[in-house]
Amino acid sequence: MTISTIIASSAPRVQARTLSPQETHEIDHELTLYPDRRAVGLEALKIVQKHQGWVSDESLLAVAQYLGMSAHELDGVATFFNLIFRQPVGRNVMLFCDSVSCYIMGCERIKDHISARLGIDYGETTADGQYTLLPVPCLGDCDRAPVMLMAGEQHRNLTKEKIDALLTSVQQEQPNK
Amino acid sequence: MTDLPLTKNIDMSRAPFDIGQYRQAQGYDAVLRMFKDMAPSDVLAMVKDSGLKGRGGAGFPTGLKWSFVPSQEDSPKTKYLVVNADEMEPGTFKDRLLLEGDPHLLLEGMLIAAYTIQANTAYIFLRGEYLQAEKLLRAAIAQAHEQGLLGKNIQGSGFDLEIILHTSAGRYICGEETALLNALEGKRANPRAKPPFPQVSGLWGKPTIVNNVETLCNLPGILRYGVDWYKGLGKGGDAGTKLCGVSGRVNNPGCWELALGTPIRELLENKAGGMCAGYELRGFLPGGGSTDFLLPEHLDLTLDYDVIGKAGSRLATGTMIVLDDRTCPVGMVGNLMRFFSHESCGWCTPCRDGLPWVDEIFRRLESGGGRAEDLQILTEHLEYLGPGRTFCALAPGAMAPLGSALRHFREDFDAHIHSGACPWRK
Repeated sequence: MTISTIIASSAPRVQARTLSPQETHEIDHELTLYPDRRAVGLEALKIVQKHQGWVSDESLLAVAQYLGMSAHELDGVATFFNLIFRQPVGRNVMLFCDSVSCYIMGCERIKDHISARLGIDYGETTADGQYTLLPVPCLGDCDRAPVMLMAGEQHRNLTKEKIDALLTSVQQEQPNK
Repeated sequence: MTDLPLTKNIDMSRAPFDIGQYRQAQGYDAVLRMFKDMAPSDVLAMVKDSGLKGRGGAGFPTGLKWSFVPSQEDSPKTKYLVVNADEMEPGTFKDRLLLEGDPHLLLEGMLIAAYTIQANTAYIFLRGEYLQAEKLLRAAIAQAHEQGLLGKNIQGSGFDLEIILHTSAGRYICGEETALLNALEGKRANPRAKPPFPQVSGLWGKPTIVNNVETLCNLPGILRYGVDWYKGLGKGGDAGTKLCGVSGRVNNPGCWELALGTPIRELLENKAGGMCAGYELRGFLPGGGSTDFLLPEHLDLTLDYDVIGKAGSRLATGTMIVLDDRTCPVGMVGNLMRFFSHESCGWCTPCRDGLPWVDEIFRRLESGGGRAEDLQILTEHLEYLGPGRTFCALAPGAMAPLGSALRHFREDFDAHIHSGACPWRK
């Protein structure tokens, strides 16, 4: 679903959801740091995403209304940035560096291994909602390539064995119901 | 005195210095003396005399950049300092070292820069993926506040400074300074037309200086030890030291602080330990993904802005990416073209339409469907996407590795076309 569905007259009208007290509290703090409300747009989207996992149309509308800006303009920002998710993602988002140093150090083979193990390609989420795999521009860790960022942890000097160990440990910590 | 002003406090095997340890190592001394003894114009003169050049990639003289900020009586009172900590140049991992290794050094440099241009608000524009740096910077800013080194009337100087940490959400174009300003204002990060330059009309239309992390980290040393010391650090034509990195198939990839003017060979062979066993050096990008390939014959050149420039490339970020003889040069350049194509902001036509076309040709070459005329089309793009044809430096930067690869590794391109496959994938 895109923002165009929000304005299409034939589509069911999307209602803004109510932002949680925690979300408005954090957005209000950001508003004290900038002289202009719409400057907080990206930070507000990140706050909502932190609490909701992604930015739904309902969330986008809520933030736009809260900041007094058009939903179109805010969606223009949301869709510009790689790390704002406009569709649901898995519990563990793998931000896999596919830039040049990682390429030289063989990241394609590691990526193929992840894809084979999880049955997902870039941009896809496993059926159990556990993982989403995304390419990310150079993670700035090139002396320890190949690298990937997952759940706030940077994983370095990746090998197939390290991927296997990582998947196993996630499985033990977050068993699927 | 020290030979390593950027990294003297850095030891990545432990946590970075907190404010107590940093001050014990004479940290913030330069700032305290500056407030006591120096007018902003004195600091500006000193930074100009030091010969410091911007470390973000362009190498523009820092003092000259600052001097364009209007400072007359009737100039706008609100001015901004913005730190470009959006490190995302392919193969570049130097600002991470400073941010994670010694966050107070950056804050001290920011105090010096903000005082010089009389900015009372400073934003750090940090890339969203640098989570450890975010945590450390937040702690450092809080500590500096507690000790009266940030806030109102700092140390009785009458100067106020608030530092605000902004975390981005991943787009390479935000490293372009006017795109960065648009992003900070909450807009899509498209670059702005210049003039007006940010020094005159930047963030929210106010005079603004955007400096790279490493550039600012040079300032405490310059103020503390003086211009002569700083110039003396350089072994060649350029002043000071530079963070230099090596990635690729070398024995000891990493990032080190070296005197400008150090031979490239010393970086590659002594620091990075030379090529891994079984790998030969074919070429290297000396300063990140937007620089021209240099060859093994260039190893005795020195790490100097002008020297590398004369050899047809750029020192830029100083982080070298090594191409070995077992990596396909066409694949490597194709990887860079995919990056630049993806990260084009889409604002101007040559970049938005040209880079995906280039990317498409590389995919074709890689999969064996390359045609003889493809190399002609790639060569034409060097002009269409070259300097002066686009809104910002992204596409011309992308053309640097492409053009030099077509010159130096032409036989590899031809082999892809003639054999109908990538020879490295057989």
